[in-house]
Amino acid sequence: MTILHVNGETRPLSPTLTELLKELGLGDAVVATALNGHFVAADDRDVATLRSGDAIEILAPLQGG
Amino acid sequence: MSQLSLYQETVQSRFLLGTARYPSPASLEKAVKISDCDIVTVSLRREKLGFSHHNERPGQSFWSLIQKIGVRVLPNTAGCFSVQEAVTTAHMARELMGTSWIKLEVIGDEHSLHPDVFGLVEAARILTEDGFSVFPYTTTDLGVAERLLQVGCQVLMPWASPIGSGQGLSDVAALEAMRASFPNVPLIVDAGIGRPSQAAEAMEMGFDAVLLNTAVARAGNPIQMALAFSKAIEAGHLAYQADCMEPYKGGMASSPIIGKACLG
Repeated sequence: MTILHVNGETRPLSPTLTELLKELGLGDAVVATALNGHFVAADDRDVATLRSGDAIEILAPLQGG
Repeated sequence: MSQLSLYQETVQSRFLLGTARYPSPASLEKAVKISDCDIVTVSLRREKLGFSHHNERPGQSFWSLIQKIGVRVLPNTAGCFSVQEAVTTAHMARELMGTSWIKLEVIGDEHSLHPDVFGLVEAARILTEDGFSVFPYTTTDLGVAERLLQVGCQVLMPWASPIGSGQGLSDVAALEAMRASFPNVPLIVDAGIGRPSQAAEAMEMGFDAVLLNTAVARAGNPIQMALAFSKAIEAGHLAYQADCMEPYKGGMASSPIIGKACLG
């Protein structure tokens, strides 16, 4: 099955991180990304090819101590 | 009051305030403003997925609020239990918030939130090499403090007691020893402060600043409590500079004996 794990949710496969963010409506959002536990800089999202089973984290600034 | 310098940046206020657990965004904004603090801590958490209005995404609306308030941010790696997690989080934070400052937390025990000091030193080493300015959340262990300095930390943040506990300065002697051991290193007491008097005590001991969150956010009136802490921290620092008297065993009359009338 071709799926991604995005912020703990199951999503259909997207070709790249850039495409995934667009599909999620987060193309212009203030977010940072990690792929399988490794940071992916915004400039590298175009070339961050996704594969079935990949785990993606899309994080934003939030309340913290 | 003298100014505090953190990684070559001068800050006016010695009060660093967390942004979590407030009753509302409005109370957070008012608390930050009335506290007059220059630096607030923020975390990184999962953004809401799916199409929705910009302001309905928690991270986007929170970031807009922080930018509107106009204070410097100190992102944290709260909740990270491994070096890898903390390092990845720091890189994400740097890109997101445009700062190389990072409050480095590597937690060792999920109940006490005791730092994993071994992981902390390793993560601090990696992040310093990567160009970060690391603010390590640590214990009062002097050996660990020395290691953190050796790997490049220029600021240390010892806990007073466990995060969010409000227990205050649980080991005053250890804090005093740390202050005495590192007279030229900016030391920020981070975590465990519950009352303004405890913050004042830490500042009287010569600590350079205090970082807290829950004691303000969970107070009955967070805005007034933010002001109370601001005044206590300033008072404690003034007292430290003014050099407090040494305690004396017994009583000592403050009014002069000479010239006392003989009336009975």
